[in-house]
Amino acid sequence: MVKVLLWGSLADAADGQREVQVEAGTLRELLDGLGGNFPGLRAELERGVSVSIDGRIYNDAWFTPIHEDSEVVLLKRLKGG
Amino acid sequence: MALDDTKKTRDFKVIGTRPDRPDGIDKVTGRARFGADMVLPGMLTGRVLRSPHAHARIRSIDISKAEALPGVKAVVTRADFDAVPDDVADILDNCMAGEKALYDGHAVAAVAATSAAVARKALKLIEVDYEVLPHVTDVDAAMKPDAPVLHEGRQQETVPKGMSPNVIARSEFGHGDIEAGLAKADRVVERTFRTAATHQGYIEPHACVATMSSDGQGDLWVCTQGHYMVRNTCAAILGLEQGQLRVTASEIGGGFGGKTAVFLEPVALMLARKSGRPVKMVMSRSEVLRASGPTSSTSIDVKIGMTKAGKITAGMAELRYQGGAWPGSPVDMGAMSAFAPYDLENVKTIGWDVVSNRPKAAAYRAPGAPMAAFAVESAVDELAKGFGLDPLEVRLMNGADEGTKASYGPTYPAIGLKATLEAAKAHPHWSAPLGENQGRGVACGFWFNFGGDTCVSLNITPDGTVTVSEGNPDIGGSRASMTMMAAEELGIPYEQVRTIIADTGSLGQNEVTDGSRVTFAVGLATIEAARAAKREMCRRAAMVWGIDEEAVDWEDGAARPAGPNAGKFPPMTLKEIAAIASNTGGPIAGHHEVNAEGAGVSFATHMVDVELDRDTGSTKILRYTVLQDAGKAVHPSYVEGQFQGGAVQGIGWALNEEYVYGEDGILQNPGFLDYRIPVASDLPMIDTVILEIPNPGHPYGVRGVGETSIVPPLAAVANAVSAAAGVRMTDLPLSPPKVLAALQGRARTEA
Amino acid sequence: MSQIHVTTQINGDATEFLCEPDETLMDVLRDRLGLTGTKEGCGTGDCGACTVAVDGRLVCSCLMLGAEAEGRDVATIEGMATGDQLHPLQQKFIEMAALQCGICTPGILVAAKSLLERNPDPSEEEVRYWLAGNLCRCTGYDKIIRAVMETAADMRRAS
Repeated sequence: MVKVLLWGSLADAADGQREVQVEAGTLRELLDGLGGNFPGLRAELERGVSVSIDGRIYNDAWFTPIHEDSEVVLLKRLKGG
Repeated sequence: MALDDTKKTRDFKVIGTRPDRPDGIDKVTGRARFGADMVLPGMLTGRVLRSPHAHARIRSIDISKAEALPGVKAVVTRADFDAVPDDVADILDNCMAGEKALYDGHAVAAVAATSAAVARKALKLIEVDYEVLPHVTDVDAAMKPDAPVLHEGRQQETVPKGMSPNVIARSEFGHGDIEAGLAKADRVVERTFRTAATHQGYIEPHACVATMSSDGQGDLWVCTQGHYMVRNTCAAILGLEQGQLRVTASEIGGGFGGKTAVFLEPVALMLARKSGRPVKMVMSRSEVLRASGPTSSTSIDVKIGMTKAGKITAGMAELRYQGGAWPGSPVDMGAMSAFAPYDLENVKTIGWDVVSNRPKAAAYRAPGAPMAAFAVESAVDELAKGFGLDPLEVRLMNGADEGTKASYGPTYPAIGLKATLEAAKAHPHWSAPLGENQGRGVACGFWFNFGGDTCVSLNITPDGTVTVSEGNPDIGGSRASMTMMAAEELGIPYEQVRTIIADTGSLGQNEVTDGSRVTFAVGLATIEAARAAKREMCRRAAMVWGIDEEAVDWEDGAARPAGPNAGKFPPMTLKEIAAIASNTGGPIAGHHEVNAEGAGVSFATHMVDVELDRDTGSTKILRYTVLQDAGKAVHPSYVEGQFQGGAVQGIGWALNEEYVYGEDGILQNPGFLDYRIPVASDLPMIDTVILEIPNPGHPYGVRGVGETSIVPPLAAVANAVSAAAGVRMTDLPLSPPKVLAALQGRARTEA
Repeated sequence: MSQIHVTTQINGDATEFLCEPDETLMDVLRDRLGLTGTKEGCGTGDCGACTVAVDGRLVCSCLMLGAEAEGRDVATIEGMATGDQLHPLQQKFIEMAALQCGICTPGILVAAKSLLERNPDPSEEEVRYWLAGNLCRCTGYDKIIRAVMETAADMRRAS
């Protein structure tokens, strides 16, 4: 099980939980698991999120491995200029 | 080889030097070809008809008279475009209005004709029946329940019921208990800050030349930060497969984020398709300002509590950004980055994305962050000064470090914030004396920096020259940096390598040049491609020597036996191996494709001295110092250039630049005379200090540098002006009338 | 509208062209003569990207009519180097990284060359005010000013 930190307004969509647990070994499993366990998150997940795993930011890299003790934080989709 | 195979402490031979850039001669002689410099036989000139109203329903468009004008070869409206996928629907709507014109300058039709004069005449013959609607351009006004509504049904589930449909999204970030934190403070500063919309101000207007043949193949020459993005977006809008459209990036005359979007290009392709001829489209300066992608204007409430010892006990910010007429302002990145330089137990930021009758906002160098930093850094400055504390010391006391839980969630790895603050403290600028009417300001800034899809192909010619083909338009000198990294990795002289920006037919996909990603991600891919080529060259040497390829190493530009047991063979240089490539299997190359991750965040501290003219309210910049963490400066001159360029854009944003809308919703200053960017006589030299705290995610420790330097200047300049004026300035830009009013207001309260 | 026949000198070469009465010199240079080194940044004389020298005097070519070039000497960026020898300013700009995207560079070089012809020992302030009509968005002007001053010093030493 992996601990995932949700940002404030996303927590509202996950029954008020700031930190949730998901069964996942990769980034894709994480996002699928979150959408499966918390239907309220689906809209935001579909809009697109970035994920920070142990301080590194990932967009779309499905098979990025996630370990049980990884720090995982969901972020809004990040774009530069 | 692992990406974490860092060579941060090794002696670099090429990295860190300052060779001449490969495109230098072309650019100083005028030979370099930018977007508007391309000509093709039979080329037509395309021009756009733009809405003169800020908000109007388009009842009908009659193009018959325009079509009939001799010399006109095609006229295009939204009716020519089929339905498009959701993810490009807003983009198409911005490129060519459908049901409604949503801002002054919104494209409603376009023509292609045999000359500019005929095209201009044709535009006048297009009859558009508008039903003018009430408009709104101010972000706070657009949020009011009775504001004119731009779109129905776009509001996200995150917005409380009952708010205007113009309020698209609400997001919240942070951790801890704000109320408890504020209760512990000796003083709480609560203020509202406002910033006006600004434009990236690139000197080269948008320009492209489009061709479409009857078999559906298209070609596009365009100045852009991302020709692969242009390919993919235009293909989606025109209903083409991506492989049918080949896009070539011209040299680009500035982008800064504003050329990471399409405006003319789908229209040019449609005109080319309809006319059967190449079509050139170039924006005028007023079109660039009216109808490309400026920044958001913002309204930000900040509440920060501090103890008299200087400890920040809680920080809160509510940010309202309008992103033009479609959803997607960068308010989230503003909300996430606002408190990023601080280690806070209690922090909360709320972001509101709002639409208004203005052009669709595009990215501008660290999108969303400069405005947020302006608000937070101003409030921190006010608190520090109020307690008589040193603003740098306060930031050091509360500064984020390795292991800090960032205000936006993740824990920071090794970062350079405190290094920039310590360097600032030690810099002679900090202790230089100030005179009358002068003030000094400091501020910190942060940016995420990104990776993304990247392809590099490294090819070796029979005579041993190396060509690096990459897919990221060069907006800051990155070709020189790629050349340096390839030369470093291969152990050969810089002059033996050449880097080119390949068209979309040559590589699969590349994320745009943005997010300060190129030296990081394309550099990483270049290094990996070079390593692949080295492995292949070692294999060839092993063949020739008749030994195992594991027994061959690469060092100083040559293949060598790995140890005494491998055999006594003299090294084979890259040139020697290249010369026998055909004999040993064929041409030699290395390539690397990756969705690059591990970009390191970067921090900066800026310091500025200003002098106010009490009679005119005008501000003079006396001295400016940028201190920023670059991870590893590949080409120091171009790193300095990024620091200086970003700082000066920030100075312009702080002092002079603003979009001025009239009561009628029309942009009042769509030209460089009244949209006043800094000129050479406005400025002193910009001092730069490059810190290097290596990024563990890059083989050489590189961090992005292009964007962070625009984040601190708004606050640094505002803090300096506030110090000189004795009044807290909260409304950008700090144009002379505003400063004068502040000075006179203070004189009145003191009298 | 019938076109006007113009006879002029461009970068020392005798040149003839036809142009519309309302066509600017900038459009003539770029679209009729293929000299695209001169750039359009604004079309209203505010940015200096179209700077050329006419009879030795700096002009925004977007504010001058093509027809006005009749009988005059026009100098553009394309005439600054001599064969394969760059002008010292051009060389220095490359060495000192005084350009990033390069779109303003032709205008700035033409303007700077004119300055050094008039004033071989300008102060920093004089250089900044001379170039105030040439907008640059990439560099913040620092390296440009340094490059002009160092070139001035080199040229003084060489003479």
